[in-house]
Amino acid sequence: MTSRQTWHAIGAMTSIAAAALLPVVSGDYYTSFGTEIAIMVLMLSSYRLIVLTGEWSFAHVVLQGVGAYTAAIAVKDFDWPFPLTIAAGAAMAALMATILSFPLLRMKGFYFLMGSFAAAEAIRLLWRKIPFFGGTRGLSNIPAPYLDLGGLTIDFGHPANFFHLSLAVVVCCLFLMWRMERARIGHIWRAIQQQDILAQSVGIESRTYRRLAFVIAAAFAGIAGVLLAYAFGTVTPNRFGLNFALYLMIWSIVGGTRTFYGVVLGGVVLMIFDESLRFAEELRPGVYGLILIGVMLFCPQGLERLLQSMARVLPGTRSDESGERGTLSRPGKS
Amino acid sequence: MQMLIDTLVNAAMASAATALVSIGLALIFGVMRIENFAHGELYMVGAYVTWYVSSALGLTYFPGLVCAVLITALLGALMEVALFRRLRSNPVGCLIITVGVLLVLQTAAVWFGGVNSTLLVDTPFPGVLRIGTLALPWHRLFVIVAAIILMLALTWLLRRTAFGWAVRAVAQDAEAASLQGISIGRISILAMMLSAGLAGAAGAFMAPIVRVNPFMGQPVIITAFIVIIMGGIGSIEGAIIASVLYSTFFTFVSTYLDSTVATIAGLCIMLGVLIFMPNGLMGKAEKV
Repeated sequence: MTSRQTWHAIGAMTSIAAAALLPVVSGDYYTSFGTEIAIMVLMLSSYRLIVLTGEWSFAHVVLQGVGAYTAAIAVKDFDWPFPLTIAAGAAMAALMATILSFPLLRMKGFYFLMGSFAAAEAIRLLWRKIPFFGGTRGLSNIPAPYLDLGGLTIDFGHPANFFHLSLAVVVCCLFLMWRMERARIGHIWRAIQQQDILAQSVGIESRTYRRLAFVIAAAFAGIAGVLLAYAFGTVTPNRFGLNFALYLMIWSIVGGTRTFYGVVLGGVVLMIFDESLRFAEELRPGVYGLILIGVMLFCPQGLERLLQSMARVLPGTRSDESGERGTLSRPGKS
Repeated sequence: MQMLIDTLVNAAMASAATALVSIGLALIFGVMRIENFAHGELYMVGAYVTWYVSSALGLTYFPGLVCAVLITALLGALMEVALFRRLRSNPVGCLIITVGVLLVLQTAAVWFGGVNSTLLVDTPFPGVLRIGTLALPWHRLFVIVAAIILMLALTWLLRRTAFGWAVRAVAQDAEAASLQGISIGRISILAMMLSAGLAGAAGAFMAPIVRVNPFMGQPVIITAFIVIIMGGIGSIEGAIIASVLYSTFFTFVSTYLDSTVATIAGLCIMLGVLIFMPNGLMGKAEKV
């Protein structure tokens, strides 16, 4: 282990420990908010897997919804325990993504964006339409998980307990994604994003790897959905609408998607920023719009880039990348 | 019978309004290669301006219509000059910026008129045309006729004038056009004004019929994207044909069945077109 990796590990451990202390220093409200941040970080990090292959998707939020609905139904109708619902949520979201990937991965760029929107919105409208999924009001009264260790019971209905549970799940998922990105598959994804045709010419079946990224990202989104279902106790179709898909995209762009750490940090910062705008609920979209325009005009690689140039403390800095990174590849004019 | 006639008139009106909106979207994609997500918000601004001038200022409907077209055209020019021009080499950046503009315009409308505003615009053509036992609302007929006139004028503009030739040349090959001395910047501004003005006109036409609210652009832009994908992105003729086909289909399904079912069917059609004929009805081959 080089000294740089050691520093990374120490940094990661410290941040996890600091995050775990949150319930100690703050009240229930901010602890629940911490849970929301953890879920959002998981969403952004998994979304980044798709972005790594050079695509932007509108379907990610609905795949999170698939996980949430799966958990809600498994708990309410079948009384499944928490670990099983996590597995089921991830599996259902991955399954749905696999099915969707067959038509969607025939498209690229803008076409993929619109195709993923059409598929996702159709699924969401079906949730609203079918009584089994609770219609427009969704499913509510999802009981919190609890653990019974022969006398010692932990009730995860308590915000602090559930926060620790979510944090543990999210950290495990982040670790898996981090390993994946460092492994061969991560390099292949980057190769596909930068030079699709070249990657194919050296024998990389790019559609297979794009599908892998889409499905793996969906599995993590499914887990985020399961956590969401428990955290709020309700699942409604409106939670997974176009607005949230847009916000996910905006946050990825504003935060930047270049580095693994950047997206985690960006998620935390933007969630706190979002919360601080709560006093001006109605003006919030406009503020995001202005930020988005400003970022695109003056800092197209996201705020993490700004942070990197201000102080080179964030690891993973490479200077050889042009403005292409993090922007959608599009079919050329023919 | 009356219901069938009503549905037919509504379908024709929806086709007309959708065509006006999606023509602009197709035009901008053709000339500038930008997918303008804020296009539905220009429609919304058109409706708001019409309301403001005709109801709040107390002038009549037609000054409102003219102001709506002028103000949206100005907004379009502003978007081109202040935003798109600076990101000419990065069409994806432009796409993201249009999402930003969408949010800003929506918020501006909320700030201007409130979230749940019920802004009423009086039609200049109240009442109905009676043919036997059938009743045809005058304003709906006006929307259909006005849209057809606008589309004919646009066809004349694009086919018969030097400006139209220049626009089509830029759409075909921007580099070659600029080598022939056509100013891309000037054509882009004019095309953007034309496109935004058409959306504003559509908003003004529909203002007396639909509920004027900050989020009225959202279903419109979704429909418009479905339509231009069906018609072939960048093709104006395709956009018109697809508008008529899609709006008629949508109006009939939502009248006789359910509007959610109609939306789901529309999204599935778009998905089908993307999968099986990505060039749409009239689009040029764009390899995916």
